[in-house]
Amino acid sequence: MTPTVTPYRSGRPVGRDGFFQLLHAEWTKFRTVPGWVTGVVVAALMVVLVALLAGVSSNQKGSPPVPIGPGGEPVTDSFYFVHQPLAGNGSITVSVPALRSSIPTGPADLRPGIVPWAKAGLIIKQSTRQGSPYAAIMVTGSHGVRMQDNYVHDTAGLPGSVSAASVRRLRLDRSGDAITGYASADGRHWTKVGTVHVRGLGPTAQGGLFVASPPSVHGMGTRGSVSTAVFEDLRTHGRWAGGIWTGDQVGRKSPSFAGYPQNTSGSFTGSDGSFTVTGAGDIAPAVRETLPTGGTLKDILTGTFAALIAVIVVGALYITTEYRKNLIHLTLAAAPRRSRVLVAKAVVLGVVTFVAGLAGAVVAAPLGTWLARANGVYVFPVASSTELRVALGTGALLATASILALAVGTIFRHSAGAVTTVIVAIVLPYLLIANPFMPASVSDWLTRVTPAAAFAVQQTLVPYHQVTSIYTPYNGYYPLAPWAGLAVLAGYATVSLAVAAALLRRRDA
Amino acid sequence: MRPALHAEWTKLRTVAGPLWLLLGMIAATVALSAGATSVVTCTSADCGGDVTRLSLTGVQLGQAMVAILAVLVISGEYSSGMIRTTLTAMPHRATAFAAKAITLTGVVAVAGTTAVLGSLLAGRLILHRHGFTAAPGHPALSLSDGPTLRATAGSILYLTLIALLSLGIAAIVRDSATSIGIILGLLYLLPILSQVIGNPHGQRLLQQIGPMSAGLAIQATTNLHSLPLSPWAGLGVTAGWAAATLVAGGLLLRVRDA
Repeated sequence: MTPTVTPYRSGRPVGRDGFFQLLHAEWTKFRTVPGWVTGVVVAALMVVLVALLAGVSSNQKGSPPVPIGPGGEPVTDSFYFVHQPLAGNGSITVSVPALRSSIPTGPADLRPGIVPWAKAGLIIKQSTRQGSPYAAIMVTGSHGVRMQDNYVHDTAGLPGSVSAASVRRLRLDRSGDAITGYASADGRHWTKVGTVHVRGLGPTAQGGLFVASPPSVHGMGTRGSVSTAVFEDLRTHGRWAGGIWTGDQVGRKSPSFAGYPQNTSGSFTGSDGSFTVTGAGDIAPAVRETLPTGGTLKDILTGTFAALIAVIVVGALYITTEYRKNLIHLTLAAAPRRSRVLVAKAVVLGVVTFVAGLAGAVVAAPLGTWLARANGVYVFPVASSTELRVALGTGALLATASILALAVGTIFRHSAGAVTTVIVAIVLPYLLIANPFMPASVSDWLTRVTPAAAFAVQQTLVPYHQVTSIYTPYNGYYPLAPWAGLAVLAGYATVSLAVAAALLRRRDA
Repeated sequence: MRPALHAEWTKLRTVAGPLWLLLGMIAATVALSAGATSVVTCTSADCGGDVTRLSLTGVQLGQAMVAILAVLVISGEYSSGMIRTTLTAMPHRATAFAAKAITLTGVVAVAGTTAVLGSLLAGRLILHRHGFTAAPGHPALSLSDGPTLRATAGSILYLTLIALLSLGIAAIVRDSATSIGIILGLLYLLPILSQVIGNPHGQRLLQQIGPMSAGLAIQATTNLHSLPLSPWAGLGVTAGWAAATLVAGGLLLRVRDA
């Protein structure tokens, strides 16, 4: 007779191997390792600390105020203005036979050159105060006739550049708030370029001729240019003050105007409806290059780089420590479906680092901005929706980078190699684009295809087609849209995670 | 000392990792340098810029792999428990640590020389085809040119110093991932963080104390007055970092339990 042996059964209920249990297990592992929790806290603190440092280290108290346009944006409003008051409605007509620009090639060495957005034409403006509302019609260096108003709006008119053989005639007509611009090539057939409504012109505005000449871009630098225009047949209708035209340099000293080239200055000569006007500067939205003293939200959040290194270390350790301590055997014995372990780890890590990045950015952004402004630094304004996007994006950037580190750590099973690979992949392209030698095309390419594209999620500056400038990632202008840039990094993370899952399933632990 | 050196050399030689890391370092350095020089062209008479420094851009990437090797030399022993065997066999811990530093210096110097000379050669061949010819004032890169020779020799020294700096930090921190994070933070972060310092003196100071921003001044051959430090003083800062971390790491190795 064979004895019946009842196998031992534990009294404990059978554990379930659901995804929730896995998440719970991974979360327990994460929160009970002090080093990892410290790493994530350090990441959030670094974002805040660097913002504090950026805020307190700068001191621009006493610098002239940045001109602000009617829309609240920083503007360049420096140009030569030949003007007289216009009470109420009226119109002004002129013909422009010549617009010539000069660019310095060395100290006191001016050479004729092409400044695409050199401007000469007619303007009606609230006052000579920088940033006041206006509407203008103008000929430009190489963008034909344009009508522009309130700094950011631009409408194209007659194409072609101006010369003695192709004279451009311009007319500006004020009727209340509405200002209409007309252009003509022969003085008989006039085309309406556009009608704009400019609020706040007041009962008596300043109207007349203007010349502006923005800096000319050469490689990775700019040179201040100067332009001279010839005006003929100046005629006015309506309640103009009559007689005397006054010449003024608007915005002579301004943070968004670098000044005239050496040995040149703004001037006007002539009378009886024929004038020659020389001017420099621009009437346009300010960009990073024309307002070099301005700070951006991205500058304030530079601590993201330090935070990235911290979360990448934590992300890699989250898996490589299991290999080093042989805990991976237990983990995989308890959860034999190996890919799900990796997904559970990615979820826990992603949520924790996202919260850390978001918390850091939510505290750092307003604090750093406030400190910088208190020290007299002009910070490019952002809409609240943009601020929210930057904060969420910073969290998502840290989360994605740490998941990438987790995946690479699973592939390498060695923390040093994994950490280095991910840090170098994200930070080195950023260092390379900061090299002034790097051509803009290469910077663009690097911020499209490498994981550094993800920093686009923190950009707050917008390029303007009517301002020629250096729109490089180094200046804060990324080639990809914010979330598209982050998607590049997410793509790298997803592919690495897939490779890691496949290797985890195939290899012995 | 000789047995200690022999032991360390055997450890480095008989594991596949270090060899692959050094080969990878050479490949990465030369590749990035060649990439950096192949994207610039000189069309006008005045291209400006520092072509020697550009040809040695790859050192910025190569140093990361040097750091991995240096960290693994010591952290790898901690994670595998090998450190206890090492210290049992060589109870004089300072000697063991010095042997590690000397062996590491030797292999990194050899690999670094290959990588830096390879980068320079690549730069010489590529730049010539991109319009950087003698006519606009860019003679071919050559070691007979004083500043270029200094940049080349300095870059090799720089890589060696980064290896020693990394060894010191790894001896202090012991965990390899954390060590690498701290080393790459010191190297790459300081130049980025210095850009947010609004005060120009503070910004310059941060660039002067950063082991990478100061040390790579050795690669500059033009515009020396715009550097945060003179070339050799910059490399001196990196050497100071390496010495300080090595001393701290050596002391901690002596006083702590392994």
